[in-house]
Amino acid sequence: MGLLNFFSKGTFSHGVHPPTNKEITSAKKIRRLPFPDHLILPLNQHIGKPAKAIVRKGQEVVRGEPIAEADGFVSVPLHAPATGRVKAIRPMSTARGEQFMSIVLDVYEGDTQQVQWRHEYDIDNMGAAQLRQAIQDMGMVGLGGAAFPSHAKVTIPDDKTVDTLVINGCECEPYLSCDHRTMLEYPEDLMRGISFVMRAAQLTTAVIGIEDNKMNAVEKLREHIPQGSNITVVAVETKYPQGSEKMLLKSLLGKEVPAGKIPLDIGAVVNNVGTVSAIGKLLPRGEGMTERVVTVTGPGIDKPGNYIIPLGTPIGFVLDQVGYRGGRNNFVLGGPMMGPSVSDLETPITKGSSGLLILNEAEVLKETRRIWPCIKCGQCLDACPMHLNPSQLGQLAGKRQFALMAEDYHLNDCFECGCCSYVCPSNIPLVQQFRVAKAYNREQVALKNE
Amino acid sequence: MNNKTNIELRTTPHVHAPHDVITIMRNVVFASLPMAAWSIWLFGISALLLLITVLATCLLTERLLNFKAENTLGDWSAAITGILLYLTLPPSFPLWMGAVAGFVAIGMGKVMFGGLGMNVFNPALLGRAFVQAAFPVAITTWTPALFDGRFTTLIPSTLTAPFMIPQEVGEFNNQVAVDAFSGATPLALQKFDGITTPLVDLLTGMTAGSAGETSAIIILVCGLYLAFRKMLDWRIPVAVMAGTFITAELLQLLNAENPDGLFMLFSGGLMLGAWFMATDMVGSPVTPRGAVFYGVLIGFITVIIRVYGGLNEGVMYAILLGNAATPLIDQLTQPRVFGEDKSQKESS
Ligand code: SF4
Ligand code: SF4
Repeated sequence: MGLLNFFSKGTFSHGVHPPTNKEITSAKKIRRLPFPDHLILPLNQHIGKPAKAIVRKGQEVVRGEPIAEADGFVSVPLHAPATGRVKAIRPMSTARGEQFMSIVLDVYEGDTQQVQWRHEYDIDNMGAAQLRQAIQDMGMVGLGGAAFPSHAKVTIPDDKTVDTLVINGCECEPYLSCDHRTMLEYPEDLMRGISFVMRAAQLTTAVIGIEDNKMNAVEKLREHIPQGSNITVVAVETKYPQGSEKMLLKSLLGKEVPAGKIPLDIGAVVNNVGTVSAIGKLLPRGEGMTERVVTVTGPGIDKPGNYIIPLGTPIGFVLDQVGYRGGRNNFVLGGPMMGPSVSDLETPITKGSSGLLILNEAEVLKETRRIWPCIKCGQCLDACPMHLNPSQLGQLAGKRQFALMAEDYHLNDCFECGCCSYVCPSNIPLVQQFRVAKAYNREQVALKNE
Repeated sequence: MNNKTNIELRTTPHVHAPHDVITIMRNVVFASLPMAAWSIWLFGISALLLLITVLATCLLTERLLNFKAENTLGDWSAAITGILLYLTLPPSFPLWMGAVAGFVAIGMGKVMFGGLGMNVFNPALLGRAFVQAAFPVAITTWTPALFDGRFTTLIPSTLTAPFMIPQEVGEFNNQVAVDAFSGATPLALQKFDGITTPLVDLLTGMTAGSAGETSAIIILVCGLYLAFRKMLDWRIPVAVMAGTFITAELLQLLNAENPDGLFMLFSGGLMLGAWFMATDMVGSPVTPRGAVFYGVLIGFITVIIRVYGGLNEGVMYAILLGNAATPLIDQLTQPRVFGEDKSQKESS
């Protein structure tokens, strides 16, 4: 199998094939959800330094207006997703589990969906640096889940030569289809976004990689490639985690990003389709990022689909709109392989939320599994896309030898994709053990530096 | 908001492949049943009684030695040990000795190490090694396959009272055997008398031998089933077979009297060992390269013991040695991490 695919279609070795469950939502058109009566906007919706609030309690803001500014280079501003009044600036629950300083906005009833605040850009005559600044000003981050500031990603350091823009349209997480729908419904935005990003990073070629379970998107995009542009669309094998940057680069370019390095080191920049099409849509209008497409799905609701949801919408409000059935549920923000469970229904949709998955009692019980000792079956080694030895790592974690895990067994190359836990017949919570080990090691380093 | 909501907090991933330890172990049991059935067809009710005895002892031992802990019979692993152990014993083996083997296999081979996942050696082989040392005569006493009346008469040694020396079966063999029966297995015939058994007989198992060292074809089919369902690591049996074949052929180049590779592959317990014993997950390496090395090592040692050792059968000891070497092999064959440049690492 592996060998055949190697010749016929781009792929990487190892990985897993969980049921995709995408057909629940992938044929449904993107629709809009109404505004809730309040929005919760954490200042840390991106990786890097949190934004700084520039509004006060009680202040009125209009839709699209900046309400927090970037604090440094690896940081982005926030824009008001709706017209209303700032009710409070205080810590609120976030998807990451801990509370974080957030701007709470009371939305005016009967607010229009019109964006009332915008930059004026002369888009055709902007240079690379100006484009990057504009991308930062619109508050754009990676919408695939990582939420890394986009302008920082397309800023190429002087000592690196980079020529290829890789557009990630894999969407390998089960259940999610927001990127798939975006490619089908907004191909023009995506193509425009690609040209902006190529200009901003001064790149010459672009490759769009899409898993081969979305051939209609592959065809759609091929039809929309502008004349004379250097953009290709490539179908890659449907396999989790094809959409992880390193795996996708291996599949498309046949190159491995060296351990501890980033895609820039092999001459490529990777961006997610949702991000690039949002840039293509918003930049010409001079608008900030105020909403995103979210796949709301799972067996716990009646109306699964892809919805445009204003940032800051509490998931409880989303549930009310999609025919939530109640009962014992596991609410997952993102896909089932890597998305965190949330415990508070006031947790908001943020820039990095690609999905809201409602797993009902039947699913919860199915995944309540007995844990056995490691039987050394080796399945986790055959699944790990980073070619680690999760069996050994798991046993060391059991003995709390966390430092050894990092030193000799490459713990820090693990990106918590979940393949090892997915296949483990003993149901050992390997990913969780690795997360604990990494946190412990980080703490030790911090202590040492004090 | 619905106030009946009950929020479950879980860690990622929120989904899991359908299989678990139980499904794997259960499938191994199912895959070993055809071999057991074939051996009963070949050797009759004595074999059936031996299977029941060994299996029951294994299950009882597992339960009784863990009487305070959780019931672990549900993971089916004790049943695997029971059936595999039975398959390594001669059909004429006295039942009480079978019970001793079962007790040792589970008690010393598994529970003493800390149960499932902790054992170093394959428990069934440990049990077999114990009785090989304790009852050297009984374990090398053979009866012919397919003898008349095998479903109505017991082999005289079967019902030997505990702690008694079993009755001689030579006379019995002479009575029931169609042709003159020498009481030796193909390996012994080859080694000590220079008689090579035809390959067809080896493949179908119509020869004297342990209950399960008989039909290579059935073992292959059952093993392939498990391999395709990803319930055993195909690299191990392939490597064992390759190691055996290549070593045997090389030795034959040195001395034309040594048996050839095909004979080595299909005689004795090699097939059973390669597919069902060496592949015991707990005792074999987890790393892919380690699995290959381990398999080849077992094949090599098997042939060396068979050709140069005082015994005519070496698979069991080869696998036990392989088990012992596993932690070291694992250590030396850590996988190459994605994006890691080995040459650089070594030079730095
Ligand atoms: S979670 Fe880490 S160890 Fe497990 S498969 Fe993914 S990268 Fe490998
Ligand atoms: S998959 Fe689980 S049981 Fe198998 S080797 Fe890995 S950790 Fe051990």
